Amino acid sequence: MLSRTAENLYWLARYVERAEYLARTIDATLRVTALPAAYIGKTNEWDSALLTAGVAAGFYQAYEEANEHNVVEYLSFSPNNPSSIRNCIEAARLNSRSVRTALTSEMWDTINSAWIELQAVWSKGTSTREDLAKFLRFVQETSLRFDGSAYRTMLRNDAYWFSRMGVHLERADNTARILDVKYHVLLPEEEHVGGPLDFYQWSSILRSVSALTAYHWVYRETLKPWLIADLLILNDTLPRSLASCYGNLVRNLDQIGVAYGRQGPAQRHARGIRNRLEHSNMNDIFQHGVHEFIQEFITDNSRLGEIITKQYLI
Amino acid sequence: MAAAFDEMNIPGGDLRPAYQELARWLKETPPEALEYRRQEAELLFRRIGITFAVYGDSESTERLIPFDVIPRIMSGKEWALLEKGLKQRVRALNMFLRDIYHGREILRAEIVPDDLIFQNPVFRPEMNGQQVPHDVYVHIAGIDIVRVDAEDFIVLEDNARTPSGVSYMLENREIMMRLFPDLFARHKVAPVERYPDELLAALRSVAPQGASGEPTVALLTPGVYNSAYYEHSFLADKLGIELVEGRDLIVKNNEVFMRTTEGLKRVDVIYRRVDDDFLDPLTFRPDSVLGVPGLMSAYAAGNITLANAVGTGIADDKAIYSYMPDIVKFYLGEEPILKNVPTWRCREPKDLAYVLDNLSELVVKEVHGSGGYGMLIGPAATKATIEAFRDKLKREPEGFIAQPTLALSTCPTCTESGLAPRHVDLRPFVLTGSKSTTIVPGGLTRVALKEGSLVVNSSQGGGTKDTWILDE
Repeated sequence: MLSRTAENLYWLARYVERAEYLARTIDATLRVTALPAAYIGKTNEWDSALLTAGVAAGFYQAYEEANEHNVVEYLSFSPNNPSSIRNCIEAARLNSRSVRTALTSEMWDTINSAWIELQAVWSKGTSTREDLAKFLRFVQETSLRFDGSAYRTMLRNDAYWFSRMGVHLERADNTARILDVKYHVLLPEEEHVGGPLDFYQWSSILRSVSALTAYHWVYRETLKPWLIADLLILNDTLPRSLASCYGNLVRNLDQIGVAYGRQGPAQRHARGIRNRLEHSNMNDIFQHGVHEFIQEFITDNSRLGEIITKQYLI
Repeated sequence: MAAAFDEMNIPGGDLRPAYQELARWLKETPPEALEYRRQEAELLFRRIGITFAVYGDSESTERLIPFDVIPRIMSGKEWALLEKGLKQRVRALNMFLRDIYHGREILRAEIVPDDLIFQNPVFRPEMNGQQVPHDVYVHIAGIDIVRVDAEDFIVLEDNARTPSGVSYMLENREIMMRLFPDLFARHKVAPVERYPDELLAALRSVAPQGASGEPTVALLTPGVYNSAYYEHSFLADKLGIELVEGRDLIVKNNEVFMRTTEGLKRVDVIYRRVDDDFLDPLTFRPDSVLGVPGLMSAYAAGNITLANAVGTGIADDKAIYSYMPDIVKFYLGEEPILKNVPTWRCREPKDLAYVLDNLSELVVKEVHGSGGYGMLIGPAATKATIEAFRDKLKREPEGFIAQPTLALSTCPTCTESGLAPRHVDLRPFVLTGSKSTTIVPGGLTRVALKEGSLVVNSSQGGGTKDTWILDE
């Protein structure tokens, strides 16, 4: 397929995934900030939301204070934030238009309808909490529809695999960023300095990767920070865990390698990361330092993005 | 101006045979039902994303072309005549181009004046002596046809460069079949859906000699911001070929390749929807970022086929148009089946004098204009507009031609005050491959939605209709 087509498919999937992640982050932050201060401590959750979205620097150039109004505006609608939800959907539509021939009509319909709704209903942003909740639901449903359409209607060929790679790479980045910002509340028992206050922080983290119910199914335990870290990093049954994302990335890259009859640096690099995740356990990671581990992962993950681009997309 | 020929109603109250079933159906169908389906059609178009861009319109960069749900119907007999005339005309266009870029017999016979060719900016000296596979220059032609009476089809304009609109022919049919299955059950409408297959076959048949048995065809688009981008992606999809932009292609050793995820892949035929001027910055406009550097040298080396060929503009130029009846006779020795609109060439002093005396009755067109821009419709224009145009004409007479205002035929059309006659034209698409010339039965009917208006261009408030050829 055309390199440009593969590139567009890959970025299209990333934009949609990112939009959903932002919606989840806002949603989780709204919940936790709705609690009385006594339950969540003194941290500014809106500031954390900016950090996990990786846009804090740009935000503080435009605004003084990270409060609900400003952060929701910046993450959702701001034309000046290149990865605001609105810009993600616009970019997704533009990418879709450039690769219409590689999309199924269901996928196109999802993105095009979302873009139409964005203009028709949400062009002025949201004014009430209720509105905002509706908007966030709309974004999440768009992503679910897009993912579902891709899964159910695309041919299983390189177009599909490049699209899936975009999803998994973006997802891994998002999960890792939450961990990066929140690692201090996810330390093992003996090092843990917080208190019951952190319960709400923990549930908020899980909610932002839609894993609250999954946690209970997997561990049948009350929320324990080290188990949360285990779930998000190493448990490959959770679709948003780093391990699961890398299981999928390695598989997609292998499928491409087989179809093209050739492996390359992208396959080797992805396999390296996957192997490290497979052979790690939480004890080692804590010993080594969660923060260091996560930062290393974020660097490795974006390196994979660069390698894929060089090998296939340009 | 005489009363327009109505394609449904015969003066006196009778119906033309092709429309009888439709008229019965319309009687049975309440207006609300029609309105409801009209809205549904609009929704479908918007969802599919069939939009076009209007240049210089910052308000909305993507607009829908209004769609009228009442089909335009022609009998099989009428079509048979039209088809014959179209094939004849396109055959002559191809022979003319071959001659202009080779022996130039028609110039030596003094049928077409030299300067009209050599001083014409759309004449491409790069094409002199250049062989094109099977001598086909115009693989895809869109011939604009109007009717003024029951007998004659008149060619308004030949489009031999990169004619657009065929996606509307196909999508209009698709949507009509979805919305009005009952109406189709009551008519025998000839299908149009094999157009993409025929187009692909035609394109493959003109692959260069060095191409493999399964030549690779790609569609070259200027990109998402082009007004016809939807059509480009639609066609690439239906043909199952790659939709490429200039930056996806690269020329190496005079061969054209596309950049793919598996490395470079050779391309044999390019269905290009990029104008000559932008094709290759090394040969034409150096500032073009839409083109492919080196494409023209690969073309000259015979390693790539461009469809349509470079330089076809010289055949559909409005200045050449008036010579078309002679061109047909010269190459084919036949009488032209399709008529021309009588045309005054303002470059000729006698014609210019007549035009200046009769501006308020005539349509004056720029020789190099398209899309209905820059033309004067005398009967509809104000005095001031006419005077302004008179100055332009005097300053640069060779830039204009003039034609009588034609009473384009009318068809019943949905309007705010119910069904009413509106003026229409027709653009059938003629495909020429190595062995044959084919036309799917139908085309794009454009309709001027404003009462009395004769301008059918989509950029100026025109709409479209599904075109039915009855298979009797």
